[in-house]
Amino acid sequence: MKSKINLAFEKCSEEKRPALITYTVAGDNTKTNSLKILNAISKHADILELGFPHNTPIADGGQIQGSSYRALKNGIKLNDVFQIVNKFKKKNPNKPIIMMGYFNIIYQRGENNFLKKCKESGVDGIIVVDLPYPDNKNFAKKCKKKSIDFIQLLSPTTSKSRMKKIVRDSHGMVYYISMLSTTGGKLKVSPKNIMKNYKKIKRINRKKNVVIGFGITDKTINSLKKADGLVVGSQLCKTIANSLKKRLNTAKVVNKMVYNLKRKIV
Amino acid sequence: MKIKKGIQLIDQHDKNFMYGGKFGGNFIPETLKKPIDDLTSLFAKLRKDKKFLKERDSYFKSYIGVPTPLIKLENLTNYLGGAQIYAKVVSEANGGAHKIYNATVHCLIAKKAGKKFIVGDTGAGYAGKMLSMAAKKFGLKCKIFMGAKDIKRQRPNVEAMKKNGATIVPVLTGSQTLVDAVSECMRYWVSNCDTTHMCVGSTVGPNIFIKICAWSTAQISRELIIQLKEEFGEIPKKVKLLNCVGGGSSAMGFWNEFMDTDAEFVGIEAGGPKNSKLHAAPLTNGSKIGILHGAAQYVVQDKEGQIGSTESISAGLDYPGISPLHCFLKDTKRARYTSASDEDALKAYQLVSKLENISPSLEPSHAFHEAIRLAPKLKSSEIIIVNSCGDSLKDKDIIQKKLGSYIR
Repeated sequence: MKSKINLAFEKCSEEKRPALITYTVAGDNTKTNSLKILNAISKHADILELGFPHNTPIADGGQIQGSSYRALKNGIKLNDVFQIVNKFKKKNPNKPIIMMGYFNIIYQRGENNFLKKCKESGVDGIIVVDLPYPDNKNFAKKCKKKSIDFIQLLSPTTSKSRMKKIVRDSHGMVYYISMLSTTGGKLKVSPKNIMKNYKKIKRINRKKNVVIGFGITDKTINSLKKADGLVVGSQLCKTIANSLKKRLNTAKVVNKMVYNLKRKIV
Repeated sequence: MKIKKGIQLIDQHDKNFMYGGKFGGNFIPETLKKPIDDLTSLFAKLRKDKKFLKERDSYFKSYIGVPTPLIKLENLTNYLGGAQIYAKVVSEANGGAHKIYNATVHCLIAKKAGKKFIVGDTGAGYAGKMLSMAAKKFGLKCKIFMGAKDIKRQRPNVEAMKKNGATIVPVLTGSQTLVDAVSECMRYWVSNCDTTHMCVGSTVGPNIFIKICAWSTAQISRELIIQLKEEFGEIPKKVKLLNCVGGGSSAMGFWNEFMDTDAEFVGIEAGGPKNSKLHAAPLTNGSKIGILHGAAQYVVQDKEGQIGSTESISAGLDYPGISPLHCFLKDTKRARYTSASDEDALKAYQLVSKLENISPSLEPSHAFHEAIRLAPKLKSSEIIIVNSCGDSLKDKDIIQKKLGSYIR
């Protein structure tokens, strides 16, 4: 059976456009609000990444740190994250959800327990920021057993031979980090160069869905639309921060931004 | 879990870079995988390179000023009765603390790697001060990440860094202390690893940084062995080596060459204020294993894995984690760990400064507290050596505020 993530990519490919993948932090700024945001943006986003917050994130820039901080300050716990996914999935059973976060949270819960909860609540994929290949092989296998996609990361520093091994062992989707940066950095590499690396990965295995993330905003998204998928995170976190400051309806404002992003790639 | 004889402790990891199968590793973002692999192979090559070792030794001698003195604290010994108390006055090293060893070696490596920029984290400001000094000496551009709270409480070291031409980046996230400084420094490296060398200020972080740091500070025990043989004719049968531990770099250096001897190791963590539940003593207080800054270690955290708040009067020990090497030493029972409170450390500082010609900073004052506690219970044939790895001058403001007066 095809995974929901793969089905989402197929649909986008038929529509001749990249998949729009959003990233928001679970519980930002409250449990209810973040669910509202997910429900709202699921109309335009093809795949939803949901961060489970950690207070010592070594690869995240200011915006995602801010989102995590707001969520944790409001007392969000891992079980709340699973509840958010569960509630979302009841309403939108076919919309893929990818959980993303740092390994210590999984480690403390226990890998098996964590995956059991993922399965129960309907998680489709997992990204672990600080569990690189090949150390993640074992965990990735456990994911596969539960029919959850483990999503491998590649970066501009990944050597060709390493890239081949990672792609070979990857599941349906691979995440390419556009540049040397934490999340939310300004795009400092030309889209042409990013696409060059992207194509290198595609040549290894055309069947893998390769998405590009880091530094993607409404200003840059159009230039990368040849990719299988594009991830926007920090800009959405920033939108949430701004709308909270101005006391606006966060879900509405974020949805408008996602709609805006989508328009630029269709 | 066992320590092997005849093999350097830093090399006793498995193929996944884990010590005892449980501690350490490389829990890092993909982007850092290659820079870390590159640094790992460069260091493996350099540490076997006779020319490099000669270069290191010559800088250690002419620039750092090794060996630092080993002195007997006659007055303290007489005052307490019992064991003979010695101090290894590492604060006599250029810059005033053990952090200079790691900083110098990192700058040498950065040069070999062809990097022009170097970044580092700092808590008490020593790691930052030394890195800025060494960077200046070796012609590298230097950036130091320091928690905003620490910038306030360690002013003298901040001034020194500025004088050395380093850019200080105040870290305003989280608790605004060392833990956040290390995170921010790593984030900076993720973004700039193509041009910039990173120096982690202690025996923490991804495996290679633990190795480089412990390899550098090992100079302390290398020279101490010679000094002990000069003083006693041999390494004394009953000797206790007391060292404060935050990240654990000075203790690793103080103990390394004694690993296969009968010397007893005692690590003293920061217990925090007496009336506070917060502390920076994960080993003493039975914290669980978690992942912090790229390595598995005992770490102050909650059930969910969020890193916990710490509290200590000593900025240099105010860190929720602890070197995987110390976790390994604890679980193999090679070292024993305990903690001293803020108040204990202040009292120890006061007593040592009053009686002796040295004046330890608040970090080693934690270890002096344990020496003061232990000495009267021991025979005069027993030896206690404390690593006095910092000078109180940097803590003048805090001490004055807490005790009403500052003596040195």
